[in-house]
Parts: sequence; structure tokens; C-alpha cells
Amino acid sequence: MEFTDWIADARNIVFLVIGVAIIGSAIRVVTSPNVVHAALMLVVALGGSAGLFLMLGAEFVAWTVVLVYIGAVIVLFLFGIMITRAPTGRDSVQLDHARRWPAALVALAMFVTIAWATTVSFGDALIADRVVRAEDLGAVLFSRYVIPFEVVSFVLLAALIGGIVLARQDPER
Amino acid sequence: MTAVLEAIFGNAFWSAVVKTVVVFAILMVNTLFLVWFERRVVAFMQNRIGPNRAGPMGLLQTLADGIKLFFKEQITPRKVELGMYLAAPVAAMIPAFLIFMVIPFGEPITIGNTVVTLQGADLNVGLLFILAMSSLAVYSIVLAGWASGSKYPLLGGVRATAQMISYEAAMGLALVPVVLFASIQIADGSVGVGTMSLSRLVELQQGSFRGFIPGWFVFWLLPSFIIFMIAAVAETNRAPFDLVEAESEIVGGYHTEYSGIRFAFFFLAEYINMFNVSAIAVTVFLGGWLGPDFGLPSGIAWAMPIMWFLLKTYALLFIFVWLRATLPRMRYDQLMTLGWKRLIPAGLAWLILFTLVQAFRSFGAPWS
Repeated sequence: MEFTDWIADARNIVFLVIGVAIIGSAIRVVTSPNVVHAALMLVVALGGSAGLFLMLGAEFVAWTVVLVYIGAVIVLFLFGIMITRAPTGRDSVQLDHARRWPAALVALAMFVTIAWATTVSFGDALIADRVVRAEDLGAVLFSRYVIPFEVVSFVLLAALIGGIVLARQDPER
Repeated sequence: MTAVLEAIFGNAFWSAVVKTVVVFAILMVNTLFLVWFERRVVAFMQNRIGPNRAGPMGLLQTLADGIKLFFKEQITPRKVELGMYLAAPVAAMIPAFLIFMVIPFGEPITIGNTVVTLQGADLNVGLLFILAMSSLAVYSIVLAGWASGSKYPLLGGVRATAQMISYEAAMGLALVPVVLFASIQIADGSVGVGTMSLSRLVELQQGSFRGFIPGWFVFWLLPSFIIFMIAAVAETNRAPFDLVEAESEIVGGYHTEYSGIRFAFFFLAEYINMFNVSAIAVTVFLGGWLGPDFGLPSGIAWAMPIMWFLLKTYALLFIFVWLRATLPRMRYDQLMTLGWKRLIPAGLAWLILFTLVQAFRSFGAPWS
């Protein structure tokens, strides 16, 4: 398709704006010298992804992203920044890390895997032009995808136990 | 007149514009009234008179206060993070306003051939949208506390974050049985499909049982209603859970460094949120705008649902004010204990019990 045809569709313009916002804020997340600013940029990036879900008619997923990621996860980040002795902004500090190249490699590998998996499994398939009902989503989640769903909850359980182990004060010491 | 209204509401764009403006106007006027209502009721409970000078019975007192705040100097301390400092009051208003956009505050009105829903937007996942937006409300407080560059606001911000995250969980848990119950009501073949849409939830509460008890969800889901109301008081940072702005401990909390209209924005958002949670409780548990119209002529009858909605909402708001006039502020550890060790386990236990009973009713005993 020609670019002029592509850009003539209003939905593509919205997609373009959201996409640019997500990429721009994601770059600021890792380059910003201020931890609180980085967390807020992450809010913009996640809000953009919620917007993409809304464009695909996945209302339930979109608002769940807002509720869980923006409303809980990032708020906990900010909470953590404020109650610990982490730098709360003002004086910019060295946020770089010695192992940044392995981290970049992992991030790249992750991106390639997801992009490849999405391209291979969907190809040029079109999604139905309607709003996905929460009921259908629940039915699919608890029948076809029930095992991945449970596995993910085990990951969360492991994270929870890890958190308790790290935070617990050893009575013997 | 009718033709003009029909033309406006027939067009999706203009109808959205008009509804947004109307919702905004309702929230503003309502806040003016609500602040006066609170001050008067608290005054009577404390054997005082309360504001009674500006306008009839002091009704214009809030307006006068608002104008005063508007013309006050806005002091900006030197150590603030300016961008965030200015954005925080606005961030407080946005979720408060958006939540009321999805609440139906009256029966749909038919003008000519066009049906006008008295609701900003009827989302399929309205209940989830409300939870998502109320979880965003914490940002304004965190940002205000952090951007002020001063220790009391920061403490207020940290307290608020912990409090709002804790009670949000309880609030969400209290609403799960509602969604479950809505789909069970439907499975019996009475009405439509499972739903999280607020207008559908109101429709599902129509009718009555035993002739005189209305079909409101509160009669089946009383524990949910109680948990929701406690969580709602905490979520809006109202007494006895107003540790966020405890003036005797942390000066004024997150808004210590704000003055003039910027301070008024936080104040406004708090009152709008109070109205919102009461309106949500009315919509979800107390039948929303449902109520008898006493066979009035249609010229007046269309306003009856709106009146019922406001009447029920103000009944709950009276409880908010009553609590403030009655209960002392809780200690911080008591607040956390109540949230995590009482409210959330109670919510989970009620959810499991309710699910088991409903599964038994729908599918019979597992051993049969």
C-alpha cells in the first residue's frame, strides 16, 4: 500500500501518534537522569499501549492495563522511591549500570522473539471489527489458555516469596 | 425547540460535546452545594449554626470562598519541581471528572425519535473503567507531595499512596460479587447478557420481590456494600481516614505548599470524588435512578429518576458527613491493620462464600 493511502486513514494517524509517543517516552525512561521522571515516562508508555488496545477494540484489556500497570505497579515504584533512600530527583545521579550491554542484549532478544512470534502466528490476518466482550475473554482464558494462565500466576507467587525473603529480618542476626 | 434538541443529540459529536459540558456543570454546581451541605450539617451536629450569611441560608458561601481563592496570590516556593508542581492539581481533577462521565444519573429521555441517555458514555466495562480511574487519583497526591520539595507534603504523599493502594484492593474485591451476581441474574433467563456496564446494572435492579422490597443489589450483597462504603471513605481520604492531610501531625499533608486556586483544585477534586463514590454505590447497590414516579404527568415525570438518584446519593453523602462529625482520626497502624487484616480477608471470604452459594444454586451440589 502507498504511504499516502495509508496516512489517509484517520486510524493510522492515531496509531502513528500513539506509536511515536510510546517510543519517545520509552527512550526517556532509560535516558532520564531523574528516577521519578523515568517512572512518569513509563506511565506515558503504558498509557499508549492501553490506547493501542482500545484501538483494537479490546476495552477490557486496555482498562486492565491502566488499572494494574499505571494504577498499581508504577504507583508502587514511586512509593518505593519515596520511602527508601533512593535519590528523589533534584540532584541528578549516575543511574548507569556496568552491565548495560548484557541488559540491552536481553532486551533486544526479547523484542525479536515477540516480534517474530507475532508475525509468524498472525501474518496478515485481520481482527474482527468489533469490541471484544469481557465474557469471551474470560471463557478463552479459562479454557484454551488455562495452563499458561496458571503458570504466570506461579511466576507471581515466586516473586512474592522472593520479596518476603528479601524483606524479612533474620531473627538470628 | 424539540427539533433543535433532536438534531443535537442525533449527531454523535455534538451530543458528546453537550453531555461533557452538562456533566462538568453538574459536578461544579454539586460541589458548591456539597461543601455548604457538609459545613451546615457538621455545624448542626456540633450545636453551631454554620455559614448562614451569604445568600439564602448561606447557600452562596462556597461561591464566595471560591471567588476569594481565585483572587488570592499563588505562592510558588523556591524548591518546587515546577512542571510537576503545576500539573498535580490538574491531575487531581481529571480522574474525578472522568469517573462521573460513565455514571447514569437518570432514565434515558426520548426526544422525538432520538433516545438521549443521561450518562456521558455508556462503556461496556464501566465498572472496570471506574476502578482504573480511581487508581489514577493517587498520582496527583504523590506528585504534589514529591514536587513540593518539602518534608510534610512528602510524608502526606507517602501516606496517601499506601492508604489508597490498600483500600483500592478492598474496593475492587467488593465489586467482584456484583459482576458475578449480574451474570447469575441473567443466567436465570430474566434479562439479557452478563455485564459490567453501569446502565445495564441499573436495569437489572428493576422490579421487586415480595411485592414491596425493591430489587436492589444491596439486599443480596449487603457485605459487599459495607466493604465498599468503608473502602470508599478511605479512598477519598475522608475522616476517620484523613491521615493524608492530618493537620495536627503533618501540617496539611500533600497540599501544604499550595495556595489560592491550586489548593482549591485539590479541594474540589476531593468533593467530586466523594460525590462520585456515593453515586457509584447508589448505581451499583441501591438501584441507581430507579424509583416510583407516582404517576405524575410526563412533563414532570422525566425529572423523577434524576431526583431519586440525587436523593439516594445525598443520603450516602450524609453518612460521609456524619462520620466526619463523629469519629476521631485513626492511627496509621490501625488504618493498615483495618485495610489488610480485616477488610481484604472479609472481602475474600465473602467472595468465596457468595461464589459457592451461587454455584450451588446454578449447577446443584457437586456430589449429586
